[in-house]
Amino acid sequence: MRFALLSAAAAEAGHLAVPAWVALAYLVSGVLFILALRGLSSPATSQAGNRYGMIGMTIAVATTLVTHEVASLPEIVGALAIGGGIGWFIARKIAMTDMPQLVAAFHSLVGLAAVLVGLAAYLNPEAFGITGADGLIEPQSRIEMGLGIAIGAITFSGSVIAFLKLAGKMSGSPILLPGRHVLNLGTLVAILGLVGYFTQDQSGWVIATITILSFLIGFLLIIPIGGADMPVVVSMLNSYSGWAAAAMGFTLHNTAMIITGALVGSSGAILSYIMCKAMNRGFLSVIAGGFGADAGGASGGPAKEQRPWKRGSAEDAAYMMKQAESVIIIPGYGMAVSQAQHALREMADTLKKEGVSVKYAIHPVAGRMPGHMNVLLAEANVPYDEVFELEDINSEFAQADVAFIIGANDVVNPAAKTDKSSPIYGMPVFDVDKAKTIFFVKRSMGGVGYAGVDNDVFYMDQTMMLLADAKKMVEDIVKALAH
Amino acid sequence: MDFISILSIFVLACFVGYYVVWSVTPALHTPLMAVTNAISSVIVVGALIAAAAPVLGASGTTAKWLGLGAVVLASVNIFGGFAVTARMLAMYKKKEKK
Repeated sequence: MRFALLSAAAAEAGHLAVPAWVALAYLVSGVLFILALRGLSSPATSQAGNRYGMIGMTIAVATTLVTHEVASLPEIVGALAIGGGIGWFIARKIAMTDMPQLVAAFHSLVGLAAVLVGLAAYLNPEAFGITGADGLIEPQSRIEMGLGIAIGAITFSGSVIAFLKLAGKMSGSPILLPGRHVLNLGTLVAILGLVGYFTQDQSGWVIATITILSFLIGFLLIIPIGGADMPVVVSMLNSYSGWAAAAMGFTLHNTAMIITGALVGSSGAILSYIMCKAMNRGFLSVIAGGFGADAGGASGGPAKEQRPWKRGSAEDAAYMMKQAESVIIIPGYGMAVSQAQHALREMADTLKKEGVSVKYAIHPVAGRMPGHMNVLLAEANVPYDEVFELEDINSEFAQADVAFIIGANDVVNPAAKTDKSSPIYGMPVFDVDKAKTIFFVKRSMGGVGYAGVDNDVFYMDQTMMLLADAKKMVEDIVKALAH
Repeated sequence: MDFISILSIFVLACFVGYYVVWSVTPALHTPLMAVTNAISSVIVVGALIAAAAPVLGASGTTAKWLGLGAVVLASVNIFGGFAVTARMLAMYKKKEKK
Protein backbone atom coordinates (compact mmCIF):
# COMPACT_ATOMS: atom_id res chain seq x y z
CA MET A 1 0.00 0.00 0.00
CA ARG A 2 2.73 2.36 0.99
CA PHE A 3 4.61 1.39 -2.17
CA ALA A 4 1.59 2.07 -4.34
CA LEU A 5 1.25 5.49 -2.78
CA LEU A 6 4.90 6.25 -3.41
CA SER A 7 4.76 5.21 -7.03
CA ALA A 8 1.58 7.18 -7.48
CA ALA A 9 3.42 10.14 -6.04
CA ALA A 10 6.27 9.49 -8.45
CA ALA A 11 3.88 9.39 -11.38
CA GLU A 12 2.34 12.60 -10.14
CA ALA A 13 5.78 14.16 -9.97
CA GLY A 14 6.55 12.94 -13.50
CA HIS A 15 3.40 14.56 -14.73
CA LEU A 16 4.28 17.85 -13.16
CA ALA A 17 7.96 17.94 -13.95
CA VAL A 18 7.65 20.99 -16.16
CA PRO A 19 10.53 23.45 -16.13
CA ALA A 20 9.72 26.69 -14.34
CA TRP A 21 10.14 28.78 -17.48
CA VAL A 22 7.43 26.77 -19.23
CA ALA A 23 4.93 27.41 -16.47
CA LEU A 24 5.94 31.08 -16.59
CA ALA A 25 5.49 31.25 -20.35
CA TYR A 26 1.92 29.94 -20.08
CA LEU A 27 1.27 32.40 -17.26
CA VAL A 28 2.53 35.27 -19.42
CA SER A 29 0.25 34.21 -22.23
CA GLY A 30 -2.68 34.07 -19.79
CA VAL A 31 -1.90 37.60 -18.58
CA LEU A 32 -1.68 38.83 -22.18
CA PHE A 33 -5.17 37.46 -22.77
CA ILE A 34 -6.43 39.42 -19.76
CA LEU A 35 -4.85 42.55 -21.26
CA ALA A 36 -6.53 41.77 -24.58
CA LEU A 37 -9.94 42.03 -22.91
CA ARG A 38 -8.88 44.99 -20.80
CA GLY A 39 -8.02 46.89 -24.00
CA LEU A 40 -11.66 46.71 -25.06
CA SER A 41 -12.67 49.16 -22.34
CA SER A 42 -12.30 51.89 -24.96
CA PRO A 43 -12.05 51.91 -28.76
CA ALA A 44 -8.79 53.88 -28.43
CA THR A 45 -6.95 51.05 -26.65
CA SER A 46 -8.74 48.15 -28.28
CA GLN A 47 -6.37 47.54 -31.17
CA ALA A 48 -3.39 47.31 -28.86
CA GLY A 49 -5.43 44.82 -26.80
CA ASN A 50 -6.02 42.65 -29.81
CA ARG A 51 -2.28 42.57 -30.49
CA TYR A 52 -1.63 41.42 -26.90
CA GLY A 53 -4.01 38.57 -27.60
CA MET A 54 -2.12 37.56 -30.71
CA ILE A 55 1.22 37.65 -28.85
CA GLY A 56 -0.28 35.56 -26.05
CA MET A 57 -1.48 32.94 -28.49
CA THR A 58 1.90 32.83 -30.25
CA ILE A 59 3.66 32.29 -26.92
CA ALA A 60 1.27 29.48 -25.96
CA VAL A 61 1.68 27.66 -29.28
CA ALA A 62 5.47 28.10 -29.43
CA THR A 63 5.91 26.95 -25.82
CA THR A 64 3.88 23.82 -26.45
CA LEU A 65 5.82 22.90 -29.59
CA VAL A 66 9.22 23.57 -28.00
CA THR A 67 8.56 21.57 -24.84
CA HIS A 68 7.09 18.46 -26.44
CA GLU A 69 8.78 15.86 -28.51
CA VAL A 70 7.20 16.60 -31.89
CA ALA A 71 6.96 13.43 -33.96
CA SER A 72 4.91 14.91 -36.76
CA LEU A 73 6.05 18.45 -37.49
CA PRO A 74 5.09 18.52 -41.22
CA GLU A 75 1.53 17.42 -40.45
CA ILE A 76 1.21 19.99 -37.67
CA VAL A 77 2.52 22.82 -39.81
CA GLY A 78 0.16 21.67 -42.55
CA ALA A 79 -2.80 21.64 -40.14
CA LEU A 80 -1.95 25.13 -38.84
CA ALA A 81 -1.57 26.44 -42.40
CA ILE A 82 -4.85 24.95 -43.63
CA GLY A 83 -6.84 26.14 -40.63
CA GLY A 84 -5.09 29.50 -40.51
CA GLY A 85 -5.64 30.04 -44.23
CA ILE A 86 -9.34 29.26 -44.02
CA GLY A 87 -9.78 31.47 -40.96
CA TRP A 88 -7.88 34.37 -42.50
CA PHE A 89 -9.86 34.12 -45.74
CA ILE A 90 -13.23 34.05 -43.95
CA ALA A 91 -12.26 36.99 -41.73
CA ARG A 92 -11.35 39.09 -44.75
CA LYS A 93 -14.42 38.25 -46.79
CA ILE A 94 -17.23 38.23 -44.24
CA ALA A 95 -19.82 41.03 -44.42
CA MET A 96 -20.31 42.90 -41.13
CA THR A 97 -24.04 42.12 -41.21
CA ASP A 98 -23.15 38.41 -41.10
CA MET A 99 -21.11 38.79 -37.91
CA PRO A 100 -23.61 37.02 -35.58
CA GLN A 101 -23.60 33.81 -37.58
CA LEU A 102 -19.83 33.99 -38.02
CA VAL A 103 -19.36 34.20 -34.25
CA ALA A 104 -21.77 31.26 -33.81
CA ALA A 105 -19.82 29.25 -36.38
CA PHE A 106 -16.55 30.05 -34.62
CA HIS A 107 -18.03 28.93 -31.29
CA SER A 108 -18.96 25.60 -32.84
CA LEU A 109 -15.34 25.09 -33.92
CA VAL A 110 -14.01 25.67 -30.38
CA GLY A 111 -16.58 23.17 -29.11
CA LEU A 112 -15.68 20.52 -31.65
CA ALA A 113 -11.95 21.08 -31.07
CA ALA A 114 -12.52 20.51 -27.34
CA VAL A 115 -14.33 17.25 -28.10
CA LEU A 116 -11.51 16.06 -30.38
CA VAL A 117 -8.83 16.98 -27.83
CA GLY A 118 -10.76 15.18 -25.09
CA LEU A 119 -11.14 12.04 -27.19
CA ALA A 120 -7.46 12.18 -28.18
CA ALA A 121 -6.50 12.45 -24.51
CA TYR A 122 -8.69 9.43 -23.80
CA LEU A 123 -7.05 7.37 -26.56
CA ASN A 124 -3.48 8.45 -25.81
CA PRO A 125 -3.37 9.42 -22.12
CA GLU A 126 0.40 8.88 -21.88
CA ALA A 127 0.98 11.81 -24.23
CA PHE A 128 -0.96 14.04 -21.84
CA GLY A 129 0.71 12.59 -18.74
CA ILE A 130 -2.61 11.71 -17.12
CA THR A 131 -2.08 8.01 -16.49
CA GLY A 132 -1.86 6.79 -12.93
CA ALA A 133 0.45 4.13 -11.53
CA ASP A 134 -1.98 1.39 -12.57
CA GLY A 135 -1.71 2.41 -16.24
CA LEU A 136 -5.27 3.70 -16.25
CA ILE A 137 -6.32 7.32 -16.59
CA GLU A 138 -6.40 9.14 -13.24
CA PRO A 139 -10.01 9.27 -11.97
CA GLN A 140 -9.80 13.02 -11.47
CA SER A 141 -8.61 13.49 -15.06
CA ARG A 142 -11.50 11.33 -16.21
CA ILE A 143 -14.00 13.73 -14.64
CA GLU A 144 -12.29 16.74 -16.19
CA MET A 145 -12.07 14.98 -19.53
CA GLY A 146 -15.69 13.86 -19.42
CA LEU A 147 -16.92 17.35 -18.51
CA GLY A 148 -14.69 18.96 -21.14
CA ILE A 149 -16.04 16.67 -23.85
CA ALA A 150 -19.62 17.17 -22.70
CA ILE A 151 -19.39 20.99 -22.61
CA GLY A 152 -17.51 20.99 -25.92
CA ALA A 153 -20.13 18.83 -27.59
CA ILE A 154 -23.00 20.97 -26.26
CA THR A 155 -21.19 24.09 -27.51
CA PHE A 156 -20.73 22.48 -30.91
CA SER A 157 -24.24 21.28 -31.65
CA GLY A 158 -25.87 24.29 -29.97
CA SER A 159 -23.74 26.69 -32.02
CA VAL A 160 -24.53 24.83 -35.23
CA ILE A 161 -28.25 25.34 -34.59
CA ALA A 162 -27.67 28.97 -33.61
CA PHE A 163 -25.65 29.44 -36.80
CA LEU A 164 -28.39 27.90 -38.97
CA LYS A 165 -31.03 30.12 -37.33
CA LEU A 166 -28.94 33.29 -37.59
CA ALA A 167 -27.95 32.61 -41.20
CA GLY A 168 -31.62 32.10 -42.06
CA LYS A 169 -30.95 28.51 -43.18
CA MET A 170 -33.43 27.34 -40.55
CA SER A 171 -36.61 29.01 -39.36
CA GLY A 172 -35.94 31.48 -36.56
CA SER A 173 -39.19 30.60 -34.87
CA PRO A 174 -39.02 28.30 -31.87
CA ILE A 175 -39.52 24.60 -32.49
CA LEU A 176 -41.26 23.06 -29.49
CA LEU A 177 -41.09 19.34 -28.90
CA PRO A 178 -43.66 17.83 -26.55
CA GLY A 179 -42.20 16.94 -23.16
CA ARG A 180 -38.95 18.72 -23.98
CA HIS A 181 -38.22 19.82 -20.42
CA VAL A 182 -38.39 16.25 -19.14
CA LEU A 183 -36.33 15.06 -22.11
CA ASN A 184 -33.66 17.74 -21.59
CA LEU A 185 -33.41 17.24 -17.85
CA GLY A 186 -33.25 13.47 -18.30
CA THR A 187 -30.45 13.76 -20.84
CA LEU A 188 -28.55 16.17 -18.61
CA VAL A 189 -28.83 13.87 -15.60
CA ALA A 190 -27.74 10.91 -17.74
CA ILE A 191 -24.63 12.81 -18.90
CA LEU A 192 -23.65 13.75 -15.35
CA GLY A 193 -24.31 10.22 -14.15
CA LEU A 194 -22.12 8.79 -16.89
CA VAL A 195 -19.31 11.24 -16.06
CA GLY A 196 -19.49 9.95 -12.48
CA TYR A 197 -19.56 6.34 -13.64
CA PHE A 198 -16.59 7.06 -15.92
CA THR A 199 -14.36 7.34 -12.82
CA GLN A 200 -15.13 3.68 -12.06
CA ASP A 201 -15.02 2.29 -15.57
CA GLN A 202 -13.01 3.88 -18.36
CA SER A 203 -14.48 1.73 -21.16
CA GLY A 204 -14.96 3.29 -24.55
CA TRP A 205 -18.74 3.03 -24.54
CA VAL A 206 -18.99 5.40 -21.56
CA ILE A 207 -17.09 8.24 -23.19
CA ALA A 208 -18.84 7.55 -26.53
CA THR A 209 -22.28 7.76 -24.90
CA ILE A 210 -21.32 10.96 -23.07
CA THR A 211 -20.24 12.48 -26.38
CA ILE A 212 -23.37 11.46 -28.28
CA LEU A 213 -25.79 12.51 -25.52
CA SER A 214 -24.04 15.88 -25.24
CA PHE A 215 -24.30 16.52 -28.98
CA LEU A 216 -27.99 15.66 -28.68
CA ILE A 217 -28.72 17.97 -25.75
CA GLY A 218 -26.92 20.92 -27.37
CA PHE A 219 -29.28 20.48 -30.29
CA LEU A 220 -32.36 20.07 -28.09
CA LEU A 221 -31.50 23.10 -25.96
CA ILE A 222 -31.27 25.58 -28.83
CA ILE A 223 -34.09 24.55 -31.21
CA PRO A 224 -36.89 25.86 -28.95
CA ILE A 225 -35.28 29.31 -28.65
CA GLY A 226 -36.61 31.98 -31.01
CA GLY A 227 -34.78 34.55 -33.13
CA ALA A 228 -35.21 37.49 -30.76
CA ASP A 229 -33.49 35.59 -27.95
CA MET A 230 -30.43 34.88 -30.07
CA PRO A 231 -28.29 37.58 -28.36
CA VAL A 232 -28.63 35.58 -25.13
CA VAL A 233 -27.96 32.27 -26.88
CA VAL A 234 -24.86 33.52 -28.68
CA SER A 235 -23.49 34.93 -25.41
CA MET A 236 -24.29 31.73 -23.57
CA LEU A 237 -22.51 29.58 -26.14
CA ASN A 238 -19.58 32.00 -25.92
CA SER A 239 -19.50 31.25 -22.21
CA TYR A 240 -19.68 27.47 -22.78
CA SER A 241 -16.76 27.53 -25.20
CA GLY A 242 -14.74 29.12 -22.39
CA TRP A 243 -15.76 26.52 -19.80
CA ALA A 244 -14.84 23.77 -22.28
CA ALA A 245 -11.36 25.26 -22.65
CA ALA A 246 -11.05 25.57 -18.87
CA ALA A 247 -12.00 21.92 -18.33
CA MET A 248 -9.29 20.87 -20.79
CA GLY A 249 -6.91 23.19 -18.96
CA PHE A 250 -7.60 21.27 -15.73
CA THR A 251 -6.82 18.00 -17.53
CA LEU A 252 -3.54 19.38 -18.87
CA HIS A 253 -2.67 21.43 -15.76
CA ASN A 254 -2.15 24.32 -18.14
CA THR A 255 -2.37 27.84 -16.68
CA ALA A 256 -2.94 29.60 -20.02
CA MET A 257 -5.95 27.42 -20.77
CA ILE A 258 -7.41 27.77 -17.29
CA ILE A 259 -7.06 31.58 -17.19
CA THR A 260 -8.46 31.91 -20.71
CA GLY A 261 -11.30 29.53 -20.03
CA ALA A 262 -12.27 31.45 -16.91
CA LEU A 263 -12.08 34.79 -18.76
CA VAL A 264 -14.16 33.65 -21.71
CA GLY A 265 -16.57 31.79 -19.47
CA SER A 266 -17.26 34.83 -17.32
CA SER A 267 -17.35 37.13 -20.32
CA GLY A 268 -20.09 35.11 -21.99
CA ALA A 269 -21.98 34.77 -18.72
CA ILE A 270 -21.92 38.54 -18.12
CA LEU A 271 -23.06 39.26 -21.68
CA SER A 272 -25.95 36.80 -21.25
CA TYR A 273 -26.88 38.56 -18.03
CA ILE A 274 -26.78 42.01 -19.67
CA MET A 275 -28.93 40.76 -22.55
CA CYS A 276 -31.50 39.14 -20.23
CA LYS A 277 -31.69 42.28 -18.14
CA ALA A 278 -32.19 44.42 -21.24
CA MET A 279 -35.21 42.28 -22.08
CA ASN A 280 -36.37 41.97 -18.47
CA ARG A 281 -36.40 38.21 -18.80
CA GLY A 282 -34.99 35.54 -16.55
CA PHE A 283 -32.11 33.51 -17.93
CA LEU A 284 -34.02 30.30 -17.23
CA SER A 285 -37.09 31.47 -19.10
CA VAL A 286 -34.93 32.26 -22.14
CA ILE A 287 -33.28 28.84 -21.94
CA ALA A 288 -36.64 27.16 -21.53
CA GLY A 289 -37.44 28.69 -24.90
CA GLY A 290 -40.66 29.19 -26.77
CA PHE A 291 -40.78 33.00 -26.54
CA GLY A 292 -42.74 34.50 -29.42
CA ALA A 293 -44.13 31.12 -30.46
CA ASP A 294 -47.70 32.07 -29.69
CA ALA A 295 -47.67 35.43 -31.46
CA GLY A 296 -51.14 36.41 -32.56
CA GLY A 297 -52.67 33.77 -30.35
CA ALA A 298 -54.56 34.18 -27.12
CA SER A 299 -51.67 35.84 -25.32
CA GLY A 300 -51.19 38.32 -28.15
CA GLY A 301 -53.70 40.59 -26.46
CA PRO A 302 -57.07 41.61 -27.83
CA ALA A 303 -57.73 40.85 -31.48
CA LYS A 304 -56.05 43.51 -33.58
CA GLU A 305 -58.40 46.38 -33.99
CA GLN A 306 -58.10 48.64 -37.00
CA ARG A 307 -56.74 51.86 -35.61
CA PRO A 308 -55.99 54.91 -37.74
CA TRP A 309 -52.40 55.64 -38.57
CA LYS A 310 -50.64 58.09 -40.84
CA ARG A 311 -48.45 57.21 -43.73
CA GLY A 312 -45.58 59.56 -44.50
CA SER A 313 -43.37 59.89 -47.55
CA ALA A 314 -39.62 60.30 -47.98
CA GLU A 315 -40.27 63.96 -48.82
CA ASP A 316 -42.19 64.51 -45.57
CA ALA A 317 -39.37 62.98 -43.58
CA ALA A 318 -36.74 65.01 -45.42
CA TYR A 319 -38.66 68.22 -44.89
CA MET A 320 -39.32 67.65 -41.20
CA MET A 321 -35.80 66.58 -40.38
CA LYS A 322 -34.28 69.53 -42.23
CA GLN A 323 -36.34 71.85 -40.02
CA ALA A 324 -35.43 69.98 -36.87
CA GLU A 325 -32.81 70.97 -34.36
CA SER A 326 -32.12 67.49 -33.13
CA VAL A 327 -32.74 64.04 -34.57
CA ILE A 328 -32.24 60.77 -32.74
CA ILE A 329 -31.91 57.65 -34.86
CA ILE A 330 -32.88 54.27 -33.38
CA PRO A 331 -31.58 51.40 -35.49
CA GLY A 332 -32.66 47.80 -35.11
CA TYR A 333 -32.31 44.43 -36.76
CA GLY A 334 -34.28 45.63 -39.82
CA MET A 335 -31.46 48.05 -40.62
CA ALA A 336 -29.01 45.15 -40.64
CA VAL A 337 -31.24 43.04 -42.85
CA SER A 338 -31.59 45.69 -45.52
CA GLN A 339 -27.95 46.87 -45.11
CA ALA A 340 -29.17 50.44 -44.66
CA GLN A 341 -26.29 51.64 -42.45
CA HIS A 342 -24.33 53.36 -45.22
CA ALA A 343 -27.36 55.19 -46.59
CA LEU A 344 -28.26 56.12 -43.02
CA ARG A 345 -24.87 57.69 -42.40
CA GLU A 346 -25.23 59.63 -45.65
CA MET A 347 -28.58 60.93 -44.45
CA ALA A 348 -27.06 61.92 -41.10
CA ASP A 349 -24.16 63.71 -42.85
CA THR A 350 -26.55 65.70 -45.01
CA LEU A 351 -28.58 66.67 -41.97
CA LYS A 352 -25.49 67.68 -40.05
CA LYS A 353 -24.51 69.97 -42.91
CA GLU A 354 -27.89 71.62 -42.45
CA GLY A 355 -26.99 72.25 -38.81
CA VAL A 356 -29.12 69.48 -37.33
CA SER A 357 -27.74 67.60 -34.35
CA VAL A 358 -27.85 63.86 -35.09
CA LYS A 359 -27.39 61.13 -32.51
CA TYR A 360 -27.78 57.38 -32.60
CA ALA A 361 -29.49 55.50 -29.77
CA ILE A 362 -28.71 51.82 -29.35
CA HIS A 363 -30.63 49.36 -27.23
CA PRO A 364 -28.56 46.54 -25.71
CA VAL A 365 -30.61 43.87 -27.49
CA ALA A 366 -30.91 45.62 -30.86
CA GLY A 367 -29.84 43.16 -33.52
CA ARG A 368 -28.88 39.57 -33.10
CA MET A 369 -25.83 39.79 -30.85
CA PRO A 370 -24.44 42.17 -28.23
CA GLY A 371 -23.03 45.28 -29.90
CA HIS A 372 -24.31 44.27 -33.34
CA MET A 373 -25.61 47.77 -34.23
CA ASN A 374 -22.43 49.47 -33.03
CA VAL A 375 -20.32 47.42 -35.42
CA LEU A 376 -22.59 48.15 -38.37
CA LEU A 377 -22.56 51.89 -37.66
CA ALA A 378 -18.79 51.80 -37.24
CA GLU A 379 -18.56 50.04 -40.59
CA ALA A 380 -20.52 52.88 -42.14
CA ASN A 381 -17.99 55.32 -40.64
CA VAL A 382 -20.31 56.71 -37.99
CA PRO A 383 -18.02 58.19 -35.32
CA TYR A 384 -18.46 56.24 -32.09
CA ASP A 385 -18.92 59.40 -30.04
CA GLU A 386 -22.24 60.02 -31.83
CA VAL A 387 -23.56 56.64 -30.71
CA PHE A 388 -25.25 56.42 -27.30
CA GLU A 389 -26.48 53.69 -24.99
CA LEU A 390 -30.05 53.48 -23.74
CA GLU A 391 -29.54 55.02 -20.31
CA ASP A 392 -27.31 57.82 -21.63
CA ILE A 393 -29.74 59.14 -24.20
CA ASN A 394 -33.21 58.24 -22.96
CA SER A 395 -33.71 61.57 -21.18
CA GLU A 396 -33.00 63.44 -24.41
CA PHE A 397 -36.09 62.28 -26.28
CA ALA A 398 -38.16 64.92 -24.49
CA GLN A 399 -36.10 67.63 -26.18
CA ALA A 400 -35.72 65.86 -29.52
CA ASP A 401 -37.62 67.12 -32.55
CA VAL A 402 -37.49 63.86 -34.43
CA ALA A 403 -37.11 60.22 -33.42
CA PHE A 404 -36.20 58.22 -36.51
CA ILE A 405 -36.87 54.51 -35.92
CA ILE A 406 -35.39 52.22 -38.50
CA GLY A 407 -35.84 48.47 -38.26
CA ALA A 408 -36.50 48.49 -34.52
CA ASN A 409 -39.85 47.79 -32.90
CA ASP A 410 -40.04 46.12 -29.48
CA VAL A 411 -37.33 48.41 -28.06
CA VAL A 412 -39.57 51.47 -28.61
CA ASN A 413 -42.84 49.88 -27.52
CA PRO A 414 -44.42 51.87 -24.67
CA ALA A 415 -46.41 48.78 -23.66
CA ALA A 416 -43.24 47.67 -21.89
CA LYS A 417 -43.78 50.59 -19.50
CA THR A 418 -47.55 50.60 -19.13
CA ASP A 419 -49.19 47.29 -20.04
CA LYS A 420 -48.68 44.72 -17.30
CA SER A 421 -50.17 41.95 -19.46
CA SER A 422 -47.71 42.56 -22.30
CA PRO A 423 -45.07 39.86 -22.80
CA ILE A 424 -42.42 42.57 -22.93
CA TYR A 425 -43.63 44.39 -19.80
CA GLY A 426 -40.71 45.66 -17.72
CA MET A 427 -38.22 45.70 -20.55
CA PRO A 428 -36.37 49.04 -20.60
CA VAL A 429 -37.39 50.90 -23.77
CA PHE A 430 -36.66 54.20 -25.48
CA ASP A 431 -39.08 57.00 -24.61
CA VAL A 432 -39.66 57.84 -28.28
CA ASP A 433 -43.23 58.85 -27.52
CA LYS A 434 -41.81 62.01 -25.91
CA ALA A 435 -40.27 63.20 -29.17
CA LYS A 436 -42.18 65.87 -31.12
CA THR A 437 -42.27 63.84 -34.33
CA ILE A 438 -41.68 60.15 -34.90
CA PHE A 439 -40.76 58.54 -38.19
CA PHE A 440 -41.12 54.79 -38.17
CA VAL A 441 -39.43 52.99 -41.04
CA LYS A 442 -41.01 49.60 -41.45
CA ARG A 443 -41.55 47.18 -44.28
CA SER A 444 -45.33 46.92 -43.82
CA MET A 445 -48.00 47.34 -41.17
CA GLY A 446 -48.34 43.57 -40.93
CA GLY A 447 -45.35 42.45 -38.88
CA VAL A 448 -45.27 43.32 -35.20
CA GLY A 449 -41.74 42.68 -33.95
CA TYR A 450 -40.51 39.46 -32.44
CA ALA A 451 -42.49 39.60 -29.25
CA GLY A 452 -45.61 39.60 -31.42
CA VAL A 453 -47.19 42.58 -29.68
CA ASP A 454 -48.81 45.57 -31.28
CA ASN A 455 -47.01 48.88 -30.83
CA ASP A 456 -48.95 52.00 -29.79
CA VAL A 457 -46.29 54.19 -31.36
CA PHE A 458 -47.70 53.31 -34.83
CA TYR A 459 -50.97 55.06 -34.01
CA MET A 460 -49.75 58.16 -32.19
CA ASP A 461 -50.61 61.61 -33.48
CA GLN A 462 -47.00 62.57 -34.00
CA THR A 463 -46.06 59.34 -35.78
CA MET A 464 -45.64 58.95 -39.51
CA MET A 465 -45.14 55.47 -40.86
CA LEU A 466 -42.60 55.19 -43.66
CA LEU A 467 -43.52 51.87 -45.19
CA ALA A 468 -40.74 50.57 -47.43
CA ASP A 469 -37.52 48.66 -47.38
CA ALA A 470 -35.27 50.49 -44.92
CA LYS A 471 -32.40 51.08 -47.31
CA LYS A 472 -34.66 52.21 -50.17
CA MET A 473 -36.52 54.61 -47.88
CA VAL A 474 -33.34 56.16 -46.49
CA GLU A 475 -31.93 56.58 -49.99
CA ASP A 476 -35.13 58.34 -51.04
CA ILE A 477 -34.86 60.65 -48.03
CA VAL A 478 -31.26 61.47 -48.97
CA LYS A 479 -32.44 62.33 -52.50
CA ALA A 480 -35.27 64.45 -51.14
CA LEU A 481 -32.86 66.26 -48.82
CA ALA A 482 -30.72 67.24 -51.78
CA HIS A 483 -33.57 69.33 -53.26
CA MET B 1 0.86 21.78 -9.40
CA ASP B 2 -1.75 20.11 -7.27
CA PHE B 3 -5.45 20.37 -7.84
CA ILE B 4 -5.95 23.08 -5.22
CA SER B 5 -3.39 25.45 -6.80
CA ILE B 6 -5.02 24.95 -10.19
CA LEU B 7 -8.44 25.53 -8.73
CA SER B 8 -7.16 28.72 -7.07
CA ILE B 9 -5.88 30.03 -10.39
CA PHE B 10 -9.22 29.20 -11.97
CA VAL B 11 -11.32 30.88 -9.29
CA LEU B 12 -9.17 34.00 -9.23
CA ALA B 13 -9.23 34.17 -13.03
CA CYS B 14 -13.03 34.06 -12.92
CA PHE B 15 -12.98 37.14 -10.69
CA VAL B 16 -10.48 38.89 -12.95
CA GLY B 17 -12.73 38.05 -15.89
CA TYR B 18 -15.75 39.41 -14.07
CA TYR B 19 -14.21 42.82 -13.41
CA VAL B 20 -12.42 43.11 -16.75
CA VAL B 21 -15.53 42.26 -18.76
CA TRP B 22 -17.75 44.74 -16.87
CA SER B 23 -15.27 47.45 -17.86
CA VAL B 24 -15.71 46.66 -21.56
CA THR B 25 -17.75 49.40 -23.25
CA PRO B 26 -21.05 48.06 -24.66
CA ALA B 27 -20.16 49.47 -28.07
CA LEU B 28 -17.39 46.88 -28.26
CA HIS B 29 -19.43 43.84 -27.23
CA THR B 30 -19.29 42.28 -30.69
CA PRO B 31 -15.48 42.58 -30.91
CA LEU B 32 -15.39 41.22 -27.34
CA MET B 33 -17.18 38.08 -28.48
CA ALA B 34 -14.91 37.73 -31.48
CA VAL B 35 -11.73 38.11 -29.44
CA THR B 36 -12.89 35.78 -26.63
CA ASN B 37 -13.60 33.32 -29.39
CA ALA B 38 -10.07 33.66 -30.67
CA ILE B 39 -8.44 33.29 -27.26
CA SER B 40 -10.59 30.34 -26.22
CA SER B 41 -8.86 28.57 -29.10
CA VAL B 42 -5.90 28.31 -26.74
CA ILE B 43 -7.31 24.79 -26.62
CA VAL B 44 -4.93 24.39 -29.55
CA VAL B 45 -2.32 23.63 -26.87
CA GLY B 46 -4.11 20.35 -26.13
CA ALA B 47 -4.57 19.69 -29.82
CA LEU B 48 -0.85 20.16 -30.47
CA ILE B 49 0.09 17.78 -27.65
CA ALA B 50 -2.16 15.10 -29.14
CA ALA B 51 -0.92 15.70 -32.66
CA ALA B 52 2.77 15.82 -31.73
CA ALA B 53 2.90 12.71 -29.55
CA PRO B 54 4.90 9.75 -30.85
CA VAL B 55 2.42 7.18 -32.16
CA LEU B 56 1.96 3.97 -30.15
CA GLY B 57 -0.49 1.48 -31.64
CA ALA B 58 -3.79 1.98 -33.41
CA SER B 59 -5.40 4.17 -30.75
CA GLY B 60 -2.28 6.37 -30.86
CA THR B 61 -2.77 6.88 -34.58
CA THR B 62 -6.42 7.80 -34.08
CA ALA B 63 -5.43 10.17 -31.29
CA LYS B 64 -2.89 11.84 -33.57
CA TRP B 65 -5.45 12.42 -36.32
CA LEU B 66 -8.02 13.67 -33.84
CA GLY B 67 -5.35 16.07 -32.57
CA LEU B 68 -4.52 17.23 -36.09
CA GLY B 69 -8.22 17.77 -36.78
CA ALA B 70 -8.47 19.85 -33.62
CA VAL B 71 -5.40 21.86 -34.68
CA VAL B 72 -7.12 22.72 -37.98
CA LEU B 73 -10.36 23.76 -36.23
CA ALA B 74 -8.61 25.78 -33.54
CA SER B 75 -6.38 27.57 -36.03
CA VAL B 76 -9.38 28.56 -38.17
CA ASN B 77 -10.61 30.22 -35.02
CA ILE B 78 -7.32 31.76 -33.97
CA PHE B 79 -6.52 33.37 -37.30
CA GLY B 80 -10.14 34.08 -38.18
CA GLY B 81 -10.99 35.40 -34.72
CA PHE B 82 -8.06 37.77 -34.35
CA ALA B 83 -8.29 38.94 -37.98
CA VAL B 84 -12.00 39.69 -37.82
CA THR B 85 -11.56 41.47 -34.47
CA ALA B 86 -8.78 43.60 -35.93
CA ARG B 87 -10.99 44.38 -38.92
CA MET B 88 -13.86 45.48 -36.70
CA LEU B 89 -11.74 47.52 -34.32
CA ALA B 90 -10.15 49.40 -37.22
CA MET B 91 -13.62 50.71 -38.09
CA TYR B 92 -14.27 52.42 -34.78
CA LYS B 93 -13.31 56.04 -35.35
CA LYS B 94 -13.77 59.25 -33.47
CA LYS B 95 -15.39 62.31 -34.93
CA GLU B 96 -12.87 64.17 -37.05
CA LYS B 97 -12.08 67.55 -35.56
CA LYS B 98 -12.76 70.23 -38.09
